[in-house]
Amino acid sequence: MTIQARFELHKEDFSLDVDLHIPARGVTALFGPSGCGKTTLLRAIAGLEHCPQGFLQIDGMCWQKEKLFVPPHQRSLGYVFQEASLFPHLNVRHNLEYGLKRVPVAERRVPLDRAIELLGISPLLARKPHKLSGGERQRVAIARALAVSPRLMLMDEPLAALDLARKQEIFPYLESLHRELDIPVIYVSHSPDEVARLADHLVLMEAGGISASGPITDMLTRLDLPLSQGGDAETLIEATVSEHDEVYKLTYLDFPGGRFTVAYKDLPVGTKVRLRIIARDVSITLEHQSNTSILNIFPATVDKIVPAGSAQVTVRLLAGNVPILSRITRKSAALLDLTPGKAVYAQAKSVALLA
Amino acid sequence: MSLDEADIAALFVTLKLAGLTTLILLLLGTPLAWWLARSKWRYKFLLEALIALPLVLPPTVLGFYLLITLGPNGPLGSLSQALGGPSLAFTFTGLVIGSVFYSMPFVIQPLQNAFAAIGSRPLEVAATLRASPLDRFFTIAVPLARSGFLTATVLGFAHTIGEFGVVLMIGGNIPGETQVLSIAIYDHVEALEYGQAHLLSGGLLLLSFLMLILVYAVNRRFSLVQQ
Repeated sequence: MTIQARFELHKEDFSLDVDLHIPARGVTALFGPSGCGKTTLLRAIAGLEHCPQGFLQIDGMCWQKEKLFVPPHQRSLGYVFQEASLFPHLNVRHNLEYGLKRVPVAERRVPLDRAIELLGISPLLARKPHKLSGGERQRVAIARALAVSPRLMLMDEPLAALDLARKQEIFPYLESLHRELDIPVIYVSHSPDEVARLADHLVLMEAGGISASGPITDMLTRLDLPLSQGGDAETLIEATVSEHDEVYKLTYLDFPGGRFTVAYKDLPVGTKVRLRIIARDVSITLEHQSNTSILNIFPATVDKIVPAGSAQVTVRLLAGNVPILSRITRKSAALLDLTPGKAVYAQAKSVALLA
Repeated sequence: MSLDEADIAALFVTLKLAGLTTLILLLLGTPLAWWLARSKWRYKFLLEALIALPLVLPPTVLGFYLLITLGPNGPLGSLSQALGGPSLAFTFTGLVIGSVFYSMPFVIQPLQNAFAAIGSRPLEVAATLRASPLDRFFTIAVPLARSGFLTATVLGFAHTIGEFGVVLMIGGNIPGETQVLSIAIYDHVEALEYGQAHLLSGGLLLLSFLMLILVYAVNRRFSLVQQ
């Protein structure tokens, strides 16, 4: 159940040299600055970019090895480009059917109606692409890629060309794909927000190579990676809905380090959700504060401290073995005498429930 | 005033010549234009210059070399004779060959431009949607280049109708065989039959104008739809 890819490509002004191992399930984000090779890697996986001597194996299927090169149209993949790239001479329905018609009936696992319903595009079927908004076009493009029942979905910054409102329009659909379809996705992005909301696995890319790769929750809290050093350092925590408080309209969520309290969310007990805590919103105390409005307080131990700029430090805390990042001033760290192994309390001022 | 028998024969020869030439150019020119639009071969410009040559060459020059080539001592003429046929000069076949060269840029260039304007993205999308290269060509490239096909067809046809110098050099003026309208007009003027010349000239003027109106009107609609 893995995807393995080895590609080397040297052009005049750019070179790609990657050895990728990622799980063939869930969403893997390729994350990095523009020009780092994310799109080239994605195109190489699709076979749109030919890297001689490459190697590519998806869940046991070999698409490229030594002399073997399966051309793009024989690879069971769905590709969503940054611009929707709908065929302008076909209406929405015929765009959707273009790929579907070319897939043998026995291999069709995603019914067209299902793709249409998942992306909410049934009212658009008779329209021509130039009559659609940017967000609608991109939803049709995603449905079109899904309709070929791909074994692997490749998405190249599908939201980058859209404004914030259109992004918000598409996000719920992407999240429901993630939840409801068992198709591995490789998602190229340079937006930390998209990554936090969608990715299960994160591959960091830099200057044509892979600098780190691992489960998203680990990657965000690794102090040796640039993600934990920026101003928007954050922690993702997988938690389970455990109880609702009807009186105060609250929802309780359990994770190995304790119990979160968040504003009421209509989710059945047992639902797995993802919580996001910005490192700046996590403060540290030595004793359990009872005279405070903050509800989310967890006992933790200090794991590691690294400087973040000249005035601040990033502290990696472990609450029941779950890492949580806290960004505090260097002065506070000194006053509290924080050292690895010290027992403290982590107070999260705000917690965002992502899905 | 009406068309005499020779004029009607000239009209048919002209339409047959223009139709056949356009058909041959579309069949041969489409793959060539596709290749020119997509190829990254570094010496491609040589071929492009060669195809554009009839645009600037005096038709008599083109006609002269074609006459040499198609005549009994030329390579194509002697080949035809070796196969038991006539020398190709002063035959309808010779005219078709000459017209294909003469009208070539008018068909190839619009097609090449239309194919190039599609870009590689729609074809890549089609590839990820399981379409083979040939499938992509017919289901994506051809429909998206349809305005180029219309322009190529009409320009190729109209330009062949208007040809004079090449026909005069290699076709001669055999009524019912190689006499085309433009030459019939010339003959009428020479014989001071201005009425006949007016009729044919006016007819050609109107026909050419109508065909161009069609091209521009339809292309305008395409571009509005595809923007």
